[in-house]
Amino acid sequence: MTKDDPILTPRDTDIADAELHARLMRTWTSPPGLWAAIATVDHKVIARRYIATAFVFLILGGILALAMRLQLSRPEARYISPDRYNQIFTMHGTNMMFLFAVPVMEAMAVYLVPLMVGTRNIAFPRLNAFSYWMFLGGGLLLWLSFALDTAPDVGWFAYVPLSGPEYGPGKRADLWAQMITFTEIAALAVAVEIVVTVFKQRAPGMSLDRVPVLVWAMLVMAFLVIFAMPAIMFASSTLILDRLVGTQFYNPAKGGDALLWQHLFWFFGHPEVYIIFLPAVGMVSTILPTFVRRPLFGYMLLVGALIATGILSFGLWVHHMFVTGLPRVGESFFTASSMAIALPAGAQIFCWLATIWAGKPVFRVPFLFVLGFIVTFVLGGLTGVMVASLPFDTQVHDTYFVVAHFHYVLVGGAVFPLLGAVYYWFPKMTGRMMSERLGKLSFWLIFAGFHLTFFPMHILGLIGMPRRIYTYQPELPWAGLNLFVSLSSLVLAAGFLVFFIDVVRSRRSGLPAGRNPWGASTLEWATASPPPAYNFAHIPVVFSREPLWDEKDALPVTSGLRTDRRELLVTSLAAAIPQARESVPEDSLWPFFAALATSAMLIGSIFTPWAVVWGAFPMAVTLIGWFWPKGTKEEMS
Amino acid sequence: MKEQAVLDVSRLPLHGMGAASPTWWGTAAFMLIEGSGFALAVAVYFYLMSLAETWPIDAPAPDLAPGTWLTAILVASVVPNMLISRWAKRRQLRRVQIGLVIMTLLGIAPLAFRVYEFPALHVWWDDNAYGSITWTILGLHTTHILTDLVDTVVLTCLMFTRHADNPRRYGDVQDNAMYWNFVVLTWLPLYVCLYWVPRL
Repeated sequence: MTKDDPILTPRDTDIADAELHARLMRTWTSPPGLWAAIATVDHKVIARRYIATAFVFLILGGILALAMRLQLSRPEARYISPDRYNQIFTMHGTNMMFLFAVPVMEAMAVYLVPLMVGTRNIAFPRLNAFSYWMFLGGGLLLWLSFALDTAPDVGWFAYVPLSGPEYGPGKRADLWAQMITFTEIAALAVAVEIVVTVFKQRAPGMSLDRVPVLVWAMLVMAFLVIFAMPAIMFASSTLILDRLVGTQFYNPAKGGDALLWQHLFWFFGHPEVYIIFLPAVGMVSTILPTFVRRPLFGYMLLVGALIATGILSFGLWVHHMFVTGLPRVGESFFTASSMAIALPAGAQIFCWLATIWAGKPVFRVPFLFVLGFIVTFVLGGLTGVMVASLPFDTQVHDTYFVVAHFHYVLVGGAVFPLLGAVYYWFPKMTGRMMSERLGKLSFWLIFAGFHLTFFPMHILGLIGMPRRIYTYQPELPWAGLNLFVSLSSLVLAAGFLVFFIDVVRSRRSGLPAGRNPWGASTLEWATASPPPAYNFAHIPVVFSREPLWDEKDALPVTSGLRTDRRELLVTSLAAAIPQARESVPEDSLWPFFAALATSAMLIGSIFTPWAVVWGAFPMAVTLIGWFWPKGTKEEMS
Repeated sequence: MKEQAVLDVSRLPLHGMGAASPTWWGTAAFMLIEGSGFALAVAVYFYLMSLAETWPIDAPAPDLAPGTWLTAILVASVVPNMLISRWAKRRQLRRVQIGLVIMTLLGIAPLAFRVYEFPALHVWWDDNAYGSITWTILGLHTTHILTDLVDTVVLTCLMFTRHADNPRRYGDVQDNAMYWNFVVLTWLPLYVCLYWVPRL
């Protein structure tokens, strides 16, 4: 093939660093301008958008939480009407789970996985762009419906019959269900990209036993998404069918079943917890070794625990349904399986403790968040073992005890590591350090504020306060603790405020970070901060699990890739032996148009089933436009 | 950090075929997602069946003829489908073109029978939960056939243009053939579920 002759085509061999950088930038950078910004397929740009958008949703969800705390701060308060309160707690849960927690974890994967495996872009970068636009569309749909006072009001798990055609008039529940479809399409797209990036685009030599733990965690998370999300899409679609065209899935009078909804929802909903938690495990396992200056203790055990947790997470869903009157044998089985998942979780905790024990800890901000995570998550895990027990769960079901428990697990288990991860990778993403002083202040405010807010909720639950009530009578013994919780939530909010101030300030005027400010061991620190559009001038070759600690003199790299087209290496699944110099798709507007067409179809189908038929045509047009070859260098083979 | 070149990759091919191609893995991952969806639909079918006193609910068992003819066509279509995959692997453009035209027709034919499958159920989607799940399963699988049909039509057009003679396109043809096998394979348990389980 003369057209790809190593002598006739420009290669990265034997040219000076500055010249190579200039050539690669010409090939990889998107031009300036709005349309080019929409067309970009750079995983870093899309991930930054994804992360920023998710944090905006975190702020909005946090404001809703403060509104609820205001309403509950004293008995018989009248700040918020019952209907608005229903919308607010539904929005809070839906927003935090579907628009913040899952997307932000996937977005961290979109940013970090390609860099950590030493490649130049994520697999299927256009699908990645499509995913972001779908996520944004779902978020706008939900929040616009809230602005128009038609937000869903059926709780974040939208149980039938409350959400069904009989008790849920209007379009509120449909908006909830279709928002699910938007975000699940986005999540499934990212999951496919992560799986293929990890399987096929690892740097040469990065065999499976040298894959960073964070990448393993993201891989297991992606598989959980692939197996769990179809359940919620099936559930939300059949709910819309019941409401729109009169199917009878959830109508007991016509052979349907209300509990079918709960089965489908929690078959997704429990793995969902681990979709959020496993990436956090990966973050902790990456941050810890850097700040105790030694490799992670028990790599194999930790990876095994990640996979075991992923598998076990599909065998727990019924513990959300203990009070629905299922057969006793089934309930006992799910009590046992719920307790069994504490084993891999425990193994992880002991690996981390051993790593700290054997190392020399440096108490920088990311490490503080990791310690905050361990304390908080262990407490949440303990109440988890408690509610896994059927008799105890029967007592506290639907009370503030459960609210306390899942905030300990979700905020403790995912948000603490995430904030630590932001402090840790912010220098890589922006080229600037965050403030150590403001970081410590924000950590202590968040840590103290969190426990002061949520610990008393255990007690409120034990003394009988149900969740999802918009007010309570003064005779009930809950007023004092509720006021305390509401005041404490201000401390927590202040902590987040300091965090966001730090982000904005540091982005503008933080100290320059350099390539590897923490002296970390993984590949993302081998390139500039922020990384150039092409990530690595030469794709690294990996000989160990801690490449930057073990290759002290020079980083071993590959040579021979072309500089005049976007190229990366495809390697074999297990041993990462190079197989091809694959091209990376160029920028394209089609994913954006496809997302617009898909959005129009999904929103239309809230109102008429025919939207699916007519909406399919624009979708087909945009998809054909997307995949039709353009005769560019990307097509060469 | 200093770099040291230790591996020359300049002679590697520009595109890998089969499992060396990311597209192959992407297709496999989407099959996994859709397979999970169909498995769930079957699970819901049996769940509703376990709750019902009689199954089917207020309806006779579906007529066998349209569904069985459709199944026969789908199974038969696997033969030219495998051939097309082999031709694509050998990069035999003319044969691939002919094969794609045949596969387009074999994508349309089952739809003709599918039209008669819905009335053959003898139940409407809004009659009861049995009607709802059977219509949903048939609807999902019809979408499956339609999606692959559109894909095949576009690919057929593409293979008659200047873009055709390219290993990437042959890879697309192979992936499309793999996906059609998947469409056929997922139908078999659905066929047993819809037509034979009510006769148990």
